[in-house]
Amino acid sequence: MASTQIKAQLNDLLNSMFAMDFLDEQFKQLQMLEDGSCPGFISEVITIFCDDAERILSLITELLSKPVVDFEKVDAYVHQLKGSSSSVGAKRVALVCIKFRNVCQENDKEGCMATLYEIRREFDELNKKFRTMLQLEQQIQALDSKR
Amino acid sequence: MAAVATQPQFHVLAVDDSVLDRKLIERLLKTSSYQVTTVDSGSKALEFLGLQDENREDAVSVSSHNQEVEVNLIITDYCMPGMTGYDLLKKVKESTSLRDIPVVIMSSENIPSRINRCMEEGADEFFLKPVQLSDVSRLKPHILKKSTKCQDQNQNKSGTTISSVTNNLSGNKRKAADDGICSERIRPRYSGGPVTIV
Repeated sequence: MASTQIKAQLNDLLNSMFAMDFLDEQFKQLQMLEDGSCPGFISEVITIFCDDAERILSLITELLSKPVVDFEKVDAYVHQLKGSSSSVGAKRVALVCIKFRNVCQENDKEGCMATLYEIRREFDELNKKFRTMLQLEQQIQALDSKR
Repeated sequence: MAAVATQPQFHVLAVDDSVLDRKLIERLLKTSSYQVTTVDSGSKALEFLGLQDENREDAVSVSSHNQEVEVNLIITDYCMPGMTGYDLLKKVKESTSLRDIPVVIMSSENIPSRINRCMEEGADEFFLKPVQLSDVSRLKPHILKKSTKCQDQNQNKSGTTISSVTNNLSGNKRKAADDGICSERIRPRYSGGPVTIV
């Protein structure tokens, strides 16, 4: 009964995320992979992604704070983040990663700092929406299991 | 997903240093009815397959246990620290016991010279990441091709028929540039979908 409303909320959230390119087709592929035999798949993947992204962003921040920047290392981390954001369907984050790799390859420290700020912003926004998504899903599961 | 009861479950060894991508490939393969083992490096893959990395000081002798674990296909990421997917492919194809196992390479970067190099070394497919269900559906012919070859050589037992035969990459061979380093300075493209090189 009440889960219908929350399901609608979740649907609206997902639709807006797709519409605003927070998520792309790849996320729909992941949704297809979640079924009765593996109900927690999406939440597991999202959690892995978010934890990993936080870790990578911290490492990049640290590398960029050094007087001499190891751009190759930064690039390697950005490559990782680009990979995982593509895998999860996080389109906007993936796009900024591409931008980031370009400034890295030019050894442009200022550019890197600016782009890091941009990725941070994109990721933080996505992270917030993901957390809302997971909360709504948990609520739905809790309500549905009571029936 | 309709599964024929008499069909054996094929075992795929998936190699990727990314936790997320391992999770994903595992799910893709299990959804497609494969038995899956995932490892996070090329050297662990070789260990699982019963081959030792000759550079390892602590290499142990091959146990007969490993030879009982049959692997029908290896799917590996290209860009990994230490042993790349290409290095792993080479070692597999150089091994008399493993060379018949089909190998599929996955990469997040669409670099023609890289793709060519892998296909020339004996890779059966090259998948662009993120890998999708439609890609995984192309694995069966490679497994069946090899298993049919084995059946012809061994005793007669009932097996599945090959519904399609895929050819190795032939035709235009572009100049293979040396792209051994994964974090090379090439402008990556963001692709909207997977490209499978057949």
